[in-house]
Amino acid sequence: MSSERIITVRALTRVEGEGALHVRLDGDEVEDVRLSIYEAPRFFEAFLRERSIEDVPDLTARICGICPVAYQMSSVHALEAALGITITPTIRRLRRLMYCGEWIESHSLHVFLLHAADFFGCASGIELARQFPQQVNDGLQIKQAGNALLEVLGGRAIHPVNVRIGGFHRLPAAGELTALLPKLREARSAAIAAADWIAEFEFPACEFECEWVALTHPDEYPMNAGLIGSTRFPAIEVDEFEDHFEETQVHHSTALHATRRERQTPYLLGPLSRLNLNRDRLRKPAREIAQRLLPQRVIHNRFLSIAARLVEIVHCLDEAIESIQDYRAEGEASCRYAARSGRGCAATEAPRGTLYHAYEISDDGRVRRAKIVPPTSQNQRQIETDLAHFLPAVLDQPDDQIALSCEKLIRSYDPCISCSTHFLKLTMERR
Amino acid sequence: MNHFPEKEKQRLAVFKLASCDGCQLSLLNCEDELLALADRLEIVHFLEASSRFGPGPFDLALVEGSVSTPEHIERIREIRRQSRILITIGACATSGGIQSLRNWGDHEEFLSCVYAHPDYIQTLATSTAIADHVRVDFELRGCPIDRNQLLEVLKSYLQGRKPRLPTHSVCVECKRRGTVCIAVASDQPCLGPITQAGCGAICPAFERACYGCFGPCGQANGKSLSEHYVKNGVPARRVMESLRHVNAAAELFQIESDRIEREHLASHRDR
Repeated sequence: MSSERIITVRALTRVEGEGALHVRLDGDEVEDVRLSIYEAPRFFEAFLRERSIEDVPDLTARICGICPVAYQMSSVHALEAALGITITPTIRRLRRLMYCGEWIESHSLHVFLLHAADFFGCASGIELARQFPQQVNDGLQIKQAGNALLEVLGGRAIHPVNVRIGGFHRLPAAGELTALLPKLREARSAAIAAADWIAEFEFPACEFECEWVALTHPDEYPMNAGLIGSTRFPAIEVDEFEDHFEETQVHHSTALHATRRERQTPYLLGPLSRLNLNRDRLRKPAREIAQRLLPQRVIHNRFLSIAARLVEIVHCLDEAIESIQDYRAEGEASCRYAARSGRGCAATEAPRGTLYHAYEISDDGRVRRAKIVPPTSQNQRQIETDLAHFLPAVLDQPDDQIALSCEKLIRSYDPCISCSTHFLKLTMERR
Repeated sequence: MNHFPEKEKQRLAVFKLASCDGCQLSLLNCEDELLALADRLEIVHFLEASSRFGPGPFDLALVEGSVSTPEHIERIREIRRQSRILITIGACATSGGIQSLRNWGDHEEFLSCVYAHPDYIQTLATSTAIADHVRVDFELRGCPIDRNQLLEVLKSYLQGRKPRLPTHSVCVECKRRGTVCIAVASDQPCLGPITQAGCGAICPAFERACYGCFGPCGQANGKSLSEHYVKNGVPARRVMESLRHVNAAAELFQIESDRIEREHLASHRDR
């Protein structure tokens, strides 16, 4: 006979958006783990229909205030594919520079203000700042450098206004960008120093094998071009995405779940996936930090994502500095195009992982169909699977400690729940 | 005007309904200034930033997001009951936000467009401003809000005064920046003349039309502006859609976009 027990923990915190976790236990057996996303649906894919394709990057940015650039990038690349536009090398490099700004901003927010607190029993970045004022201040400085980059390239850090199909509304003047160099160099030193701090963290064991998926590119650390790579299966072209991955609706979540179409198996996206598949394409200083903090060829410990984020911050700061030094404001701000009917898709690397957009457009330049598959909804099934594997090791703890441990694991994925276009309160049922 | 007791720290809570989290991020972006306010303000509930959450009542509540589910109506009523001052932040909270575009669509059809099992989903057919449901003490506009405006609002309530924020149009900000007028010098339907200042007139500075992130300004004449654009050859549908954007359901923008649809587009769908 087993005793029945239900434990409820309220909303998950230090994640973007809203959701809950429900765990059902029978003795020491984990019967069911459900991540419930209760973020209200906002119907982007529905209201994008019949809109002018010109409006799409400004509209899709509003899916997420933490990674608006990712939504703008996936949407313009997908629409450019539909229109047959090839962007110029200058525009391509400026888009990577803009993505660097968002990765720096989003990752430093998560590393220093949201995630690091978990390794010291603090409830917030502000509490952590009392123990580690220097590190948290450095983190804020890094974040401000990312914000400043977005402000120059896009007018503002949240919902920038400069991205359009074919390029930008206006190219930045070289002087606007070079003025950022001192700030970026200081941020780079601060990020490299933070590696010593993170090297001392105690990382809980969490080594579950899984499939890691991210863009891969032969010459560069992937952001907005490449194949969809995997640690288990051959890489595929982006336009084969829907043949290999599918979204299904589950009762407990307003975000759709994604799995491999054929085997119904979950997979994981994000900074660890990118690192596992693209380590050799990191710039040298970032690669050296990766070798120190993350020496294994394939990293499975989910808690090490904080180190992967730091590695990517260092990479982005180096790339940003170099891109700015090389930049000349030459050529057209955007490529001209004529509307035509067609279908196009693109995947780019949002800070939290691969973000897929597909559009069908009409010859009068309007959206006929839009499909948006955000990283957090793709990660959902694997997060549930990981929690089921993780729970047995912590079941001897009191219920509130179990809840805390689960929440920490969930935070390591940096789930962005508001991105779930189509996330956490914990309830535990014990029998 | 509500006055706070002088000595103790004011209890601040941050909540969200349907939104992108961008306006809460603007608060997180106030790092340095927030630390400076820390002796006057205690953040007791801010899920995006802290795992500690305190119970009400609150002296000051900042609410992001629009009312778009039956549960939101219950929650905002409870937040109102618990809060001395309730300030709504951002286009979602002050006008219904981008998701108010559903207000012009067929809700059942929208549900089945996104979800295989629409019956699992509980939503309202409309996305509306918080002030449509409860009394609101101050509405801070923007998509996203401007951090300096947010700091002014926080400081003003700590000092027991009304926030001093401009209600004039984006045009004033363009003139201050010395930006060439988009409405005059290009063929783009710029909403600057009828949009409230606050963003710093960034779109025209990037050589593109304002799309109304801060909602309608005081004494805006929407009809006069859109008729000017239509007369100068901008397709009526384009003018209508520029109004049906992040502040689609802000009263003046809504009235004007509906008028354009009725008077210019109803008979022959201008596609």
